[in-house]
Amino acid sequence: MRRRLRAPALLGLILALALVAAACGGDDEDGGAATTAPVATTGGEFSMSICEPESLIPQINAETCGSQVLKGLFTPLIQFDPETDELIYAVAESITSDDQTTWTVTLRDGWTFHDGTPVTAQSFVDAWNWGAFGPNGAGNNYFFGPYGVNIVGYDALNPSEGKPDAKELSGLTVVDDRTFTVELGAPFSEFPITVGYNAFYPLPPSFFEDSDAFNEAPVGNGPYMIDGSWQHDQQISVVRYEDYAGTPGNADAITFRIYADLDTAYRDTQAGGLDIADVPSEQIESGRAEFGDRFIESPSSSFSYIGFPLWAEPFDNPDIRKAMSMAIDRQAVITAIFFDTLTPADDMASPVVQGYREGACGEACTYDPEAAKELFDSAGGIDGELTIWFNNDGGHEQWIEAVANQWAQNLDIEFRFESMPFAKYLGLLDEGLDNELGDTDGVNGPFRLGWVMDYPSMQNYLENLHGTQAGSNYTTYSNPEFDDLIAQGKRATDLDQAVSLYQQADDLVIQDLPIIPLWFGLNQSVTSENVSNVIIDKFSFVDIARVEVVGGGA
Amino acid sequence: MGRYIARRLLQAIPVFFGATFIVFAMVYAIPGDPIRALNGERPISDSAMQQLHERYNLDDPLLVQYGKYIWGIVHGDFGKTFRGYPVIDIMKEKFPVTFRLALGAFVFEGIVGLFAGILAGLKRGSFMDNLLLISTMFIAAIPVFVLGFLAQIMLGIQFRIFPIAGIYNGWISYVLPSIVLGSLSLVYIARLTRTSLVENMRSDYIRTAEAKGLPRSRVVGRHALRNSLIPVVTYLGVDLGTLMVGAIITEGIFNIPGVGREIFLAIRGQEGAVVVGIVTAGIMIFIVMNLFVDLLYAVLDPRIRYE
Repeated sequence: MRRRLRAPALLGLILALALVAAACGGDDEDGGAATTAPVATTGGEFSMSICEPESLIPQINAETCGSQVLKGLFTPLIQFDPETDELIYAVAESITSDDQTTWTVTLRDGWTFHDGTPVTAQSFVDAWNWGAFGPNGAGNNYFFGPYGVNIVGYDALNPSEGKPDAKELSGLTVVDDRTFTVELGAPFSEFPITVGYNAFYPLPPSFFEDSDAFNEAPVGNGPYMIDGSWQHDQQISVVRYEDYAGTPGNADAITFRIYADLDTAYRDTQAGGLDIADVPSEQIESGRAEFGDRFIESPSSSFSYIGFPLWAEPFDNPDIRKAMSMAIDRQAVITAIFFDTLTPADDMASPVVQGYREGACGEACTYDPEAAKELFDSAGGIDGELTIWFNNDGGHEQWIEAVANQWAQNLDIEFRFESMPFAKYLGLLDEGLDNELGDTDGVNGPFRLGWVMDYPSMQNYLENLHGTQAGSNYTTYSNPEFDDLIAQGKRATDLDQAVSLYQQADDLVIQDLPIIPLWFGLNQSVTSENVSNVIIDKFSFVDIARVEVVGGGA
Repeated sequence: MGRYIARRLLQAIPVFFGATFIVFAMVYAIPGDPIRALNGERPISDSAMQQLHERYNLDDPLLVQYGKYIWGIVHGDFGKTFRGYPVIDIMKEKFPVTFRLALGAFVFEGIVGLFAGILAGLKRGSFMDNLLLISTMFIAAIPVFVLGFLAQIMLGIQFRIFPIAGIYNGWISYVLPSIVLGSLSLVYIARLTRTSLVENMRSDYIRTAEAKGLPRSRVVGRHALRNSLIPVVTYLGVDLGTLMVGAIITEGIFNIPGVGREIFLAIRGQEGAVVVGIVTAGIMIFIVMNLFVDLLYAVLDPRIRYE
C-alpha cells in the first residue's frame, strides 16, 4: 500500500491520496444495530466542497474527494471513532481468528442497501473479488494483494502475463448469509482494522449488472443515499437513508459541491455560498482570525520525508544521512513557508497512530548545525554537487529550496535540483529500485516523498516504507532484523505486544535513518455559521453524519 | 454565394486534420505514462497496466494512435477518458455551460461596448470621451484574474450581491463571470466603435447627408453607424468564437464547469482524447464563426460580393 502525494496543486486538486475508511455516523452501536432506535436528528441541509472524484465505485476510488462522498454512501465492516480513534464494529459483528491467518467475519443482521436488498456475506465477497480481479483495473486492486492484506489467490487473478484463469479469490469463502472466511497469505494481526477502507466496502447485486450506471448513481448501505445522480464537475447530492441500520445522520440532505480550485471554495465560504471548505495554505493566517472558532484544525496522518538512494555513494554512509538530517531547521521552514500548519517530525510514524513516541527520533531529528557539520566532515562529506530530486507539480519548490539552502549553509556544500512531473518522477524512482548497483542515470541524490496512512497502525508507516522490497520502499533499505520484528508484530495476538515490537523496529529505522523525517500534517477547515459539530478525523475526512445544521442555510 | 460557402467549408478539411494532428502529437509528447499519473503513487499490477495500455492504444506509435483516433471520429466515436467516460458526453455537458457564459459575456461586451463607443465617438473630446479613454485603458491594464478576484471580493464577499462560484443558482451565477470575461473585449469594442465612428463622421458622405437636411438620428444610425460597424462586427464575430472555445482563467476563478476548465484538467491528466476532441470542436466553431462574419460583411456593405 503505497502512494500519497499532493499532486499538481496548480488548481488545488488533490489527487491520489488513497485513504482508509474512518467513522461516519458510527456512535456506540455495540448491541444489535438492527433495531434503529429513534434518534433525534437536527435535520436541515448543508454543503461542503470536494474535488471531482475519479470514480464512485469504492473499489476503484482511491482519492480523498470520492472517498469523502463514499463515506456517506457506504458503511464498512468497521469504523473508527473520529474523536477517540476507537475501533467500532459497524456492519461486522465480529472479526476473529485463532492463528491471525484465517479470519472469520460475522455480519450483523438487518443491514440493507439503499435499494432494499440485504447486505450479506456474498455482498462483501463479490465486491472483493471484483476489486481484486486484475482486468477490472480497480485502483484499489493492490489492497487485496501482497502490498495489502494479501488474500490467498490474488496472484491467480493478477498474472504478470496474459489473462487470469480464475475470477474469484480462493481465500474467500462464504459460510452462510452472515458469515464468510478470509484466508491470508501470511499472519496479520491487524487485519480487522484494515477492512474499514473503501476497497472493502460491500456492493449490491445491481452493481454487477451495470457498473457504469452504478458509478453515476451508487447504491450503498451508508447513512446517506444518492439523490438523483452524480452531476460531473458540479455536485453530488445525498439524502438521509431512512432505513439505515446504524446511527442516522443529523442533516436531512448534504450537497457535495465540486470545486476545481481550493481557493474558490474557500472564497465561496467567505461569501456564504458554502458551509464547509478546506483552507488553502496562504489563507491560513488570515483565516484563523477571520473565522475564529469556525476555523478547525486537527492532526492528519500525512508524513513528509526525504529519502536517500542507499545504493549510491556517499548516501550508503549512515553518518552522512544523520548529519544531513541534523542540518535541517524544520521549525524554521514550517514557520516561514507553511505558516505553522505542520508539526516537525520526531518519529517515523505519525502522532495519530498508537505507538508514536514524542521525540523518538532524538538528536537525529534535532537541529544542531555545529554537530551536523562535524559529523558530516568526519564521515567524508560529499564530493562535488549534491543533486536534490523532487516532483515539480506538487508545490514543493519553496520548501525544497529552503532545505537545500540550509544544507548549503550548514554543511558547506553545493547543490542542484532535478525536478519533473510526478508520473515521471515515480517512474525514475522505480528504476532506482531495479538498478541498485552503482546506477547514476536514475535518482542519485536525496528525493522527497510523503505518506498518508491506509489504516491507523504504526506498521502501515514502517513496513511499506522500510520493509525489504516493500511497495513504497524507494530507498532500498533492507534490514532482516527490522523485517523480522515487523513480521512478529503482525503475528502478535495482543495489540500492546504488537506495538512494542513495532517500536523496536522503529528504533532500528531511526538508527539507520534511510529517510529524513520532515514533518507531520494538520487539517485546516473552515465552516459557515450554518453548521456545527464538524469533526475531521485522522484521515482528513469530515464526519458528515455528525454535522449539525444550526439554521439559516447557505 | 453557394460556391463561396462550399469552398470555405472545403478549406476547413485540411485545417481540421492539421490541427488535430498537431494537438494529438503535443499531448503524445507529454512525458510520463498517463496511466501511472492517474494512479499516483499507488502501485498498479502489471496485468491491469497492460489492460489499460491496450484499451487506450498507448503502446502504438504516434501515427497509428492518431489513425485509430481519426477512424473513431469518422464513425462518430470521440473516444473515452482514462476513467471511462465518453468524450462526446463530456463535450455535451461542458459546451452548453461555456456557451451560456460566452453568450453572457458577448451580450455584455456588445451592448455596453457599443453604447460607450457611440457615446464617445459622437462627442469627440468631450468629458465622456475622455472618461471612456481612461476607464477602458484602466480595465485593459488589469489582468483578468485580478479583475475576477476583485469582483468576487467586492460583489460576492463584501456585499454578497452575486454568487461567486459554480452554476448552482441558475442564470444569476453567470452574471459575475460574464462581466469579467467580457470586460477586456468591451474595451476593444468601445475603442473600435469610437475610432471608426469618428472617422466616418468626418467623411464626405456624412457631410452630404447632413447638408441634405436629414435628421441626425438617420445620419448617424443609417449612414455613419452602419459603415462604422464593419470592423466591430469582425471583432465581435471572432471574439464569440474565442469565447465559445472556453475561458480557462475565468472558468477557473469562478468554478464554472465549462470547456476551458475541462481542457486545463485534461492537459494535466494527459487525456489526449479530451484535449483533441474539445480543440477539434473549437476549431470547427471558429471556422464557422469566421465564415459567418465574412457573410455578414455583405449585409452591412452592399458593395461586397462573394463569388
